[in-house]
Amino acid sequence: MTERANYTASELLAVMSARLLKEGQIVFAGVGIPLLAATLAQRTHAPGLTILFEGGVIGPFIVPGELPPSTNEQRCARRANMVMPITDVLLLLQRGYVDVGFMGGAQIDRHGNLNSSFIGDADNPKVRLPGTGGGNDISSLTQMIVAMKHEKRRFVDKVDYVTSPGYLSGGDSRAQSGLIAGGMYRVVTDLAILGFDSQSHEMVVCALHPGVEMDRVRDNTGFEIVASPEITRTEPPRLDELKVLRELDPERLYTA
Amino acid sequence: MANLTNDEARPKPYLELRHETQARDRSLREKVMSLEEAATLVNNGEHVAIGGCTMSRTPMAMIWALIRAGRRDLTVSRSITSSDGDWLFASGACSHIITSWFTQGIVWGISKVMRHYTETKMARFTEWSHMAMGLRYRAGAMGVPFVPVRSMIGSDVAGRLGEAVKEMICPFTGERLLLLPALNPDVALIHVQRADPYGNAQIDGLQFMDIDIAMAAKRVILTTERIISNDRIRRAPDRTLIPFFTVDAVVEVPFGCAPHECYGLYEPFFDHMGFYTSQVNGDPVDGMQAYLRDYIREPKNWTDYLAKLGVEAMLDAARRGRSIDND
Repeated sequence: MTERANYTASELLAVMSARLLKEGQIVFAGVGIPLLAATLAQRTHAPGLTILFEGGVIGPFIVPGELPPSTNEQRCARRANMVMPITDVLLLLQRGYVDVGFMGGAQIDRHGNLNSSFIGDADNPKVRLPGTGGGNDISSLTQMIVAMKHEKRRFVDKVDYVTSPGYLSGGDSRAQSGLIAGGMYRVVTDLAILGFDSQSHEMVVCALHPGVEMDRVRDNTGFEIVASPEITRTEPPRLDELKVLRELDPERLYTA
Repeated sequence: MANLTNDEARPKPYLELRHETQARDRSLREKVMSLEEAATLVNNGEHVAIGGCTMSRTPMAMIWALIRAGRRDLTVSRSITSSDGDWLFASGACSHIITSWFTQGIVWGISKVMRHYTETKMARFTEWSHMAMGLRYRAGAMGVPFVPVRSMIGSDVAGRLGEAVKEMICPFTGERLLLLPALNPDVALIHVQRADPYGNAQIDGLQFMDIDIAMAAKRVILTTERIISNDRIRRAPDRTLIPFFTVDAVVEVPFGCAPHECYGLYEPFFDHMGFYTSQVNGDPVDGMQAYLRDYIREPKNWTDYLAKLGVEAMLDAARRGRSIDND
């Protein structure tokens, strides 16, 4: 702690997310923070972590400074073990090969449901968002980590539209609907790491980031949120972690 | 709140599907033609499936040719839709896109063109999950009316599709499953790196949903970076991913995905995409119409379109594209 590193909110998100990933895991990643975090994990504590991309890629290694613009361009396939059709790589989720699905989020609710389709009423939306992509498949079929900025307008009591299911209306409603595997595991924000109560499946605070207190989390959350009984505090990003991120994204496309 | 009418997603009766396939000329014959000739194979009001994904192997030249030929009322499906969807909506060629995600690309935010057309209800964007899109084409390729899936269930994505999807209890396990209707497009537009004059096609790198789309469709228009000999195809038949008898037209179009990418040959024309998105997202009506005029309607031919992108931009995209195997 003698040398305090300066970092952006996005860098904090990437570092905290990377630390949740474990050696040997198979991680289905989106681009942006999820890809940066998965690559950071590979270059620090999890060299044997395998990334899968929706575009049909198994086990790529991203070239620093050449981040892919989506999960579907040739940059995604650099040094990969295999490429396969989109449908087949997504079916690996259904077959159960994937440990963690990892995406960004636009709007999330107290039960971990994500909306990336409509702001407002779906029949007369204020904003038509780009949609699910593979988000619905990933969140339906595996354990999920979501990385997003902690803002009141993004953390709402109930999303306008369930694009990617979390625990639906809480309790066992997810399993009752037919989603008998997977579920929201962690939500990583620039303020805290959030998890879900094992019974009610409501969002709780698992860990606070350096310099953040519960009040600040409450102030930036659009519903009542409580601390987990086992709440902890995260360690600040280390210089070696930030160095890797800055090599990967020198133009600050995703970490500005 | 269903976004689809019942009939739009209804699988085709099996004997009708078979009859259409049986009636096709499946002989080993040359089918090389121009973009303009290939455009005549697409009729107004048909369902056109587009290969590739986001900014990859998008058959942009063929889409460009359909717009120039004045096609109207097409229904278009694609795994993920990028600026090709803007072109189709704004030109009036298409008023219904069925896809899992629709915007030019993550780095440029949300497509204001997509927003303008969908929020004013001038056009529709029907959303299925990405795997659902893939499995619908696959069911179409398999000749079965539906496939079960374990995603989309419980979400509003399924809810909004109304009667187009069904839930069932598995007769073997008692588990709750969602059934996805097969999708057999009228026409598929697919761009590949190499094909012979008969339509045997090789694809390098990411395949996306293209093989299933080709097998599911009633007609396939193949655009290709280059036409190679049938002898060369026969020397490496394991490289052929789309068989000739599914293909109805072969069009040689170098840089046929510009300003998107074609694996191993050229990456996206990022500067042009940046210029394009700032113009059309800045003004989704006049900015978009100006782009259609300057880049789609006015060029004499596809070569002229490429000339407008510029030699420098082409070489830059090609240099990046060919670096794929560099360690």
